Order: sequence, then C-alpha cells, then structure tokens
Amino acid sequence: MKEIPLLSEISEEGRETISLPNDIEFSPYKELPKELLRENLPLPQISEVEIVRHFTNLSLRNFGVDLGFYPLGSCTMKYNPKINEDLANLPGFTKLHPYTPEDLSQGALQIIYELEKLLCNITGMDRFTFQPSAGAHGELTGLLIIKAYLKDKGENRNTVLVPDSAHGTNPASAAMAGFKTLEIPSDERGLVDPNILKNYVNEDTAVLMLTNPNTLGLFEKDIEKIADIIHQKGALLYYDGANLNGIMGYARPGDMGFDVIHLNLHKTFSTPHGGGGPGAGPVGVKSFLTPYLPKPVVDFNGEKYYLNFNIPKSIGRVRSFYGNFSVILKAYIYIRLMGEEGLKKTTEMAVLNANYLKEKLKAIFYLPYPTLCKHEFVLSCKKQKEKGVKTIDIAKRILDFGIHAPTIYFPLIVEEALMIEPTETETKYTLDNFVSILEEINKEIEENIEIIKTAPHNTPIKRLDETLAAKNLKVKWE
Amino acid sequence: MPYFPHTSKEIKEMLDFLGIKSIEELFEDIPKSIREKARKNFKLPEALSEIEIYKKIEEISNKNTGKDYISFLGGGAYYHYIPPVVKHIISYPTFYTSYTPYQAEISQGFLQAMFEYQSLICELTGMEVANSSLYEAGSGIAEASLMAHRINGRKEILISKGVHPEYREVLKTYINGMKLNYKEISLDEKGETDLNILKESLSNETSCLIIQSPNFFGVIETKLKEISELLHQNNSLFICSVYPISLGILKPPGEYKADIVVGEGQCLGSPLNFGGPYLGIFATKREFIRQIPGRLVGETKDLEGKRGYVLTLQTREQHIKRSRATSNICTNEALTALATTVYLSLLGKKGLRKVAELCYDRAHYAKKRLLESINTLELTYPSYFFNEFVIKLNKPVKTVYQALKDKKILAGIPLEKFFPERDKELLLAFTEMNTKEEIDYLVKSMKEALE
Ligand SMILES: Cc1ncc(COP(=O)(O)O)c(C=O)c1O
Repeated sequence: MKEIPLLSEISEEGRETISLPNDIEFSPYKELPKELLRENLPLPQISEVEIVRHFTNLSLRNFGVDLGFYPLGSCTMKYNPKINEDLANLPGFTKLHPYTPEDLSQGALQIIYELEKLLCNITGMDRFTFQPSAGAHGELTGLLIIKAYLKDKGENRNTVLVPDSAHGTNPASAAMAGFKTLEIPSDERGLVDPNILKNYVNEDTAVLMLTNPNTLGLFEKDIEKIADIIHQKGALLYYDGANLNGIMGYARPGDMGFDVIHLNLHKTFSTPHGGGGPGAGPVGVKSFLTPYLPKPVVDFNGEKYYLNFNIPKSIGRVRSFYGNFSVILKAYIYIRLMGEEGLKKTTEMAVLNANYLKEKLKAIFYLPYPTLCKHEFVLSCKKQKEKGVKTIDIAKRILDFGIHAPTIYFPLIVEEALMIEPTETETKYTLDNFVSILEEINKEIEENIEIIKTAPHNTPIKRLDETLAAKNLKVKWE
Repeated sequence: MPYFPHTSKEIKEMLDFLGIKSIEELFEDIPKSIREKARKNFKLPEALSEIEIYKKIEEISNKNTGKDYISFLGGGAYYHYIPPVVKHIISYPTFYTSYTPYQAEISQGFLQAMFEYQSLICELTGMEVANSSLYEAGSGIAEASLMAHRINGRKEILISKGVHPEYREVLKTYINGMKLNYKEISLDEKGETDLNILKESLSNETSCLIIQSPNFFGVIETKLKEISELLHQNNSLFICSVYPISLGILKPPGEYKADIVVGEGQCLGSPLNFGGPYLGIFATKREFIRQIPGRLVGETKDLEGKRGYVLTLQTREQHIKRSRATSNICTNEALTALATTVYLSLLGKKGLRKVAELCYDRAHYAKKRLLESINTLELTYPSYFFNEFVIKLNKPVKTVYQALKDKKILAGIPLEKFFPERDKELLLAFTEMNTKEEIDYLVKSMKEALE
C-alpha cells in the first residue's frame, strides 16, 4: 500500500483555506512594536477537501473497537455507546464556559453531583473529586491526599508499597508524590501474601497501593487481612480501580478496607479511549480524608448546586477547572442506562467471557495461574518461545486476522506475558473465533514459523523498526 | 439491555463448558463477607431506556442557560470557531474508539496524525520537539517545572503572578510532593512581570521561571528576550506559557530562546465543555528530548523500507521505567490533539493569522468603545494586550454584573473570583465569535448599568 503523504508534503504556498469574516478595522501590525510580532508563521496551506481526504485515509489505517475485537488486557476495550457521544455534544454542554456563573450552569453541576453519588454507591467511598484527567493523575492526587493527611497527623512516612504485578503508573505516581517505593513480590498464587507483606510494613510505610482484581486478573482473597496489617501499622490502603469491570455489584473497594481509590471512567464506564485519551480518573476517599480533597467540590444546598471552595486543608488543585467534564458526562449517562442490574450484569458477562476464553486457551498457551479469574487473565507464550517465536511475533500475527492483539509483556512477573481482557460486550462467536485464530497461529509455529516471525502481512505497513526510530529520533517533519 | 450480546442459551453453553451451574460461582474467590456487603449496599437507580435518558439529559443540558448568553468570558478557556470538519474527523470510529497505538502496524493513522501534531506545535511555538500531549495547561506547567528540576537539579521554582491563578495552584500542589520551593514574582504597574524583583530573586538555586504571555490579565509581556537572557546567564530554565491563538501574530517563544513552552490547546479546535477535555501543549529544545514527560511519536521504516510511525523513547515512560520515569502520565489527550491537528491544518498559515487578527481587532474595538463611552471606566493596566483586558469600575462589580446578566450578557470574569480584594475589576475576553453588534450592546448595557 502507498504511503499517505504528510500534511507538509501536500501543502502549497498561496493556497486559500478557511473562510473567516472580513471586517477587521484595526490592524495589529500597526499598533504593536515590531519586536513583539512574528514574521513568519510556517503552517501548511491545504484545501478543505484535501484535509478531509488526508484524515479519512489515515482513519482507514487505524483499528478501533468499532472495527473488531480488541482484547487488550488492563484496558477494558468495551463498546462505546453512541448515545453518549450524541448527548455529550448538546450545545448546553459544549458551549458552556467553565466560568459561567453557577446559576447558569446548574445542569453541569448537577451531573457532577449526581455522578459522585452514584460512584460513592458503586465503590463504597464517601466523596469524590473529578479533577484528575486520567488514572495516573488520580493516583498522584490520591497519594498527595494521603501525604497531606499524614503530615497533618504529624507523621513523616515515606514509603509506598507496590506489588511487583502493579501497573507502572503506581510506582511512577509514588515518585511524583515524593515517596520512595518498595516492591512486594507476589506469591505462587499470583497474590499478595499477608505473611510476606508483614515483613515489608513498618513505621515508614505510608500506603500500600493495590489493584484488586490485580493485573493478573485475580482477586486478592486476603484483602481483609491485608487491610488489617496495613491499618494496624498506621498506614493507608490505596485502590487502583482503573478496571472495575470484574467486581461491580460483587465487591466494593470501600467495603474491602480501602481508604482512597481512583477509577478510570474511560475503562469501566464506557467512555471512548480516543487513541490514548482523554480519560477521567476521579478519586474517591473515606470521610476522614475529605478535608484534603482538591478544591472545589460540588455541593447542593437544597436549592442549587454550587462549587464549594471552602476546604481549608485541601491539597489544592491538580488541574485547572473541574476535570474532563464531557467524559464525566458520558460515564453518567452510561451508569443511568445500565442501572443497578446492568452494571452487575456487566461484571457477570465480563467475568464469564474471561473465564470462558481462559479455559479454552489454556490448551494452547501456558496458564501460570490456573484459577478462577475476574475480568481478565494472563497467559504465557513460553512454550511457543522454546519453539522460536516470541510473544511479540504472535501479537503481530494476530493483527493479520483483523483483530487487535492482547496486551503483551505485562505484568512484568509473567514471562512472555499475553494479557487478555475480552469485556462483556463481545459475543460467544467472537470469542470462539479468537480461539480458532490462536489455534491456527499455534499450528503455524510447526508448519510455517517464518510467517509468524515476519508478521504482520495484511496490514498497510509491515513490521516497524522501533530501534531505528529511537536511534534517528525524527519526531517532526523536516 | 442493549450492550450485552449473550443469549441465555449461549450463557448456558459457556457455563456448561466451565463446568459450573451458575454465574454466582464465578465470584466464589471473593470472600463471602465482602460479597454480602456489596449485596446490601450496592443500590443504584433502575436502568433508563434510551428514550428516557435522552429526555433527561436534554433537560439537564437546558439548565445550562449560560450557553445562550452573549459571552465575554475567557481566562484560559475561549469560545472560538471550530470548523465542522474537526468534529467529523474526530468522530471517525477508528479514531475515537481506538486505544493508545501500542500495535503500530494497525495504528498508523493515529501515529501519523500525532507526528503531524508534534510538527505543527513545533511550527507554532518555534520549538524543536513537542510531545503528543499532556492533560491541560496547569499540569503542563507543573510537568515543565519538574523537568527543569530534573535537568539542573535546582530546587526553586519561580513563577510570575501573571500566570493563571489556577495554574499556579496546580504547580504548588505538584511541587509540594517533590519538596521544591515555590516563589511568585509580582507584576509591575503595567501588569508585566517585575524585572527588578525578578533580578533580586534569581539565585544559584533558581531552577526555572514560568511566565505566561499574554498573561492572565491579558497583558503581553514585552521583555521576554531580556528575561530569557537573565535566566540563561543564571543557568536557569525559561518556561513560557502561551495562548496558542495569539501566536498567529505574536513572536513565538522559540525566538526568545524559551527552554520549554506549554499552553492550553483548547482554543485550537475544542469546545468549551465546561472545562474539559482540554489539551496540554508541551514543547522544548531537542537537547532535552530524553527528559520529556509523556508520549512521543517518531518516524521509522518497516521491513520493506516504507515510512511508518511508532511510539518512541518509551524508556522514559512509566510502563518501562516505573518509579524512575520522567512522569507518571499514561492516558493523555490524544483525541483533543487530533482535533488540534485538524484545526491547525484547516486554518493554516493565513487562517490562524486571521483568527488572531480578528481577536485582536474585536478586543481593541471594545476597549476603544468602552473608554470613549463610559468616562468612569479605567483600564487597570495601560499596556499592550491581545484579546483580553481588565477594566476597573467606579463601584463593586457585583450589581453591574447582575444588571448585564439580566440583559443576557456575561460580562467577563469578576476578578474578585480569584482576588477577593479586587472587587471592582472585570476581565473581558473577545474572540472572532464576538460580533461588533455584540460589543456595541455590551458597551451600551455597561453604560446603562453604571449610570
Ligand atoms: C491497572 C491500571 N492502573 C493504572 C492505569 C493508568 O491509567 P491512565 O492510563 O488513565 O493514566 C491503567 C491504565 O493503563 C491500568 O490498567
């Protein structure tokens, strides 16, 4: 297939572009000193039709949930309901300036207020802030809240405990919040063992960050004991709730003993990932931590919703305005569409799909933790590696069959990891088809191994050289 | 329920395959006590049908009556024209329903677009490299300061009081975690960063200075070149926060030798949306490329030698470097960056300049008319401005603001919102969307309200 030229390559000096009003009276060039003005604005000049074709062609070279199965583990690539998009595009929302007086933005404030109530119920937490723009942003916010709380109590605890299976954002957020991280090894079950944990917890422990179900897709069964150990030592328990799809209606972080949590609305609550963002990572806390929430929060005085800035011990802001509002709105719509039964069913079908796939695929790939999983599970391609193909080769070959590959090489504790999350919105047919594709690829290892090692073949472009990219570092057109 | 494709027959087949009788059994790994609590406490409203939710949300959106007002609100978020092409393109399902382009061969569309985004941001700011987005300007400023600290190891962050007060708050929150010092540099009587105070504040502990231009009060900083030199003589970094539309006519920070440029990209093709999603623009010098937070797209070749794009220098990022990453950011604002890519290519060189001129023109027309018609009005800062300025009334803003609201005008942002003692000042913003008639109506109504 032909390369799609870059915008800079289709630009033509002097080409007319956009139409704008022609009623300028003052010319800025006459008023401002010359040294403040720019001489040259090197942007492209392209006609509208060419631009539309350019991006339409690019979009045809991109994979999305709307195109096919996207079993990317830890990412919850479920269907993104169209109604969310339409409603979020109502001018009452899109045209609303964040500094609109409160009496003229009651609808937006109501959405935030009501979503907070719903999320409190789903998670068992007492209050939420919606400022964080993504999961990692939520982690940082949550850790800063904990830090402020500990400081307020006169305690100087510096260590954040993180299991070795944790997402990379956990230790990275801990570092940004100024903590030291200590990694806890998972046991042979793939879980945190309270007896091992004990050796790591001491007077310097500020918080344990835990994902539950963890990134292996396994529920941390000993969570109540873990919570006791942590709390007895005066530390707090943080919940990485990026993926709540495996427990809604069956377990609530608040009931498990977590003090602070974040959620990824762009995973569990169906808002689209948009090629890597925007997301929303609201943070929920137990009531003893509400004095430290970022300000403002949204409150209701019986008559109207209002922004409450009166939080004297607040950690401050973590972003301007109130968060990714239109993402928040889509999550709200989703939850109201699903209702109690629907969210519970989401979890049930997500877990059913995951276990079904796991049991089917364990005949092909090594399954390091052969137990019940929640919304996702992790396989290992180590048998295949012995035969000469790496996980990445298998992932690339999967692309040839018109579906997206699972997450690879994560979590780090599984050799040649293949992390699969089917989500609830996929049919049994899709899952069965996925199994046959993997069976076929596995057969190719015996019969035609080169086809895997040089995959993909059916994509617009062949395997890309990442090392070359890092060596040349060409990061803009020249 | 529309999003569950399973028939009961299929569910039964799957359960049979798993050798279990009920869905319940799939949750036996969760301690009973926890399941019990969830059963008792997980209580949500019943599901609404699409028709019901449509009506409900429409009703709620209609309570946002602010959308129907003639608005002169700015302060970091601006109502600009968005050509319809932008929304059409970001609504292509293969764009908006995709994840981060981890599998490059089936994500060339987004990767190329992000490469183009990075290129356009470099052209706009005059910088050498741009990342593929941060959350918004506030956290962008914070990330820039953390990067400055990584580069020179110094512990004091200076920031001009001309920087948006909310961005300053975000910065304070972020650097609190890292135990860096925070110091604000006041403005002079013209509303520009006070050069004398700045000179006195520089020390061998100064990591960087952050300046916003045009600043929060609309004032164009005129001594950026001098400030940049001062900082560099002191081995400190110069961080510039920009309003990207103004770069249609104003000198880009690259020409002042800024080290890092950040900015709020909402104005480049994204709706106001009550504050988000917005776009954190981040650009810097090539020499700092390994210190950049966030994702970066690079050009490479495929097995057949064809040009292609991948995420590059991922060794800076959290999924590889974990606690030693340059930032914790993972999910960013890719779709907003895509909107900006489309917007900037649609407007192009002439279009962006024209939008900037229109903003400038509208604001200066308004200033002239306001001062001519209302002799009790004053400008707080007698300086150069782009599309925003502060006026001082001869009485508290509150009643006047309300009177204008009654006439369906949102007369800017009362500065009291951020600075309680400044209760007579209003920050007014103008864009290409404000017609002359709207401005005349503002002037007329303001005059009536003040008399
Ligand atoms: C378990 C887990 N934690 C945290 C994150 C970070 O979330 P975000 O990408 O929204 O910052 C993710 C997402 O990749 C995740 O899967």
